[in-house]
Amino acid sequence: MKNKSLVSINDFTKEQQLRILDISEEFEKNPTQRILEDFVVATLFFEPSTRTRLSFESAASRLGARVIGFSSASSSSVSKGESLKDTILTVSNYSDIIVMRHPKDGSARYASEVSPVPVINAGDGANQHPTQTLLDMYSIRKTQGTLDNLNIAFIGDLKYGRTVHSLTIALTQFNTTFHLVSPPELKLPSYVKRHIKDRNLAYHQYTDLMEVIPVADIIYMTRIQRERFSDPMEYEKVKNIYNLENAMLAGSKDNVRILHPLPRVNEISLDVDSNPKAYYFQQALNGVFVRQALLATILGVK
Amino acid sequence: MENEQRKELKVTAIASGTVIDHIPAQNVFQVIKILGLDRSKEMVLFGTYLDSRKYGKKGIIKVSNTFFESDEINKIALVAPSATLIVIKDYKVASKSKVEIPDIVNNIVKCFNPNCITNAESVPTKFDVIKDEEILKLRCHYCEKTTTKDDMVFI
Ligand SMILES: [Zn+2]
Repeated sequence: MKNKSLVSINDFTKEQQLRILDISEEFEKNPTQRILEDFVVATLFFEPSTRTRLSFESAASRLGARVIGFSSASSSSVSKGESLKDTILTVSNYSDIIVMRHPKDGSARYASEVSPVPVINAGDGANQHPTQTLLDMYSIRKTQGTLDNLNIAFIGDLKYGRTVHSLTIALTQFNTTFHLVSPPELKLPSYVKRHIKDRNLAYHQYTDLMEVIPVADIIYMTRIQRERFSDPMEYEKVKNIYNLENAMLAGSKDNVRILHPLPRVNEISLDVDSNPKAYYFQQALNGVFVRQALLATILGVK
Repeated sequence: MENEQRKELKVTAIASGTVIDHIPAQNVFQVIKILGLDRSKEMVLFGTYLDSRKYGKKGIIKVSNTFFESDEINKIALVAPSATLIVIKDYKVASKSKVEIPDIVNNIVKCFNPNCITNAESVPTKFDVIKDEEILKLRCHYCEKTTTKDDMVFI
């Protein structure tokens, strides 16, 4: 995987994905290792995403790498009209790897093709966010002891949520049974269902969150994002449709864990936070280990 | 065969070159553009809305002294999937073939996704052709969204 860009989760085979998870585990046990002291990591955030940027920068810093970059397009030469290609070619002179977030779909693939150094996609528009998928897989494996044969429930915006799409497609490699809870207008798109069907796996669709509580090994909550709706009335109708409260978890399995890509709004009540089944903050921390594993592997020191 | 040959050549015969027949009547200009014939220095003859026994109305293009590689000619399959390719040598039909839908389509069609990087910067478009359930779809190499036939806009 040395020098290999990561644009879409499918760029890595199942074996490569599992290898990243194994290396992430090593970093969880021993997070501070100065193995990237000779390297410069560029974090180019053409749109702000503080969480993702800090997670990458924390990962790089714990490995001893130096970090350069910018946190929004307005603070960079992009605001002067520089093309993406020129920015990438310039920055690649100063860095060994580029972590990029960009508002346009497909920008990361394009950057990986023009860049002489490897590119890690930290989100390209509504398209892909593969490091989120890997940290979700890591969190599932860690809490369940396996990725195989699980009942995974996704709740909320299954139509526009790229996190759900990528994770669903990745999990079709592991004989997952999918439980899909959404309002009718936010159902999982047919192209994603096609992946499930192609593997002859089962999926069940619901509108009521309570139906999946007793069967799920993972309850993956998502935020319904205002910016995805062209019609504000549509958003108002569905924005608070799912709200997980601690009392609702009474009939849940012992092994169930609640995941959420964060930030949350109203989907999970604060009273869930102290339940040992809540895992979303640990999930975010796991992102640092996964990003350490990716940086170290792609730079060829692991 | 004799009869058919004569009929094909009726409009204006070319001594040597390529005839592209059975083009949908309204797509002749697109085919000319895709093949770059608008910049050709050879004689190019074309007809639109000609009567055709099989197709009702059809278009035809004849290009002198020009022969196409299959990769090149297959690009027109997007707008003329039923087109027939006739190679003429010495006023005679040397070979006849059908166009085939290619696996990859480079820089012919725009991505329909307005948020795609190819619509924001000068990036040549690139699509994988998906021949799913008889419906032709183009999957953008960059944004991974699928452009269907109804949304296809040619560059
Ligand atoms: Zn596109």
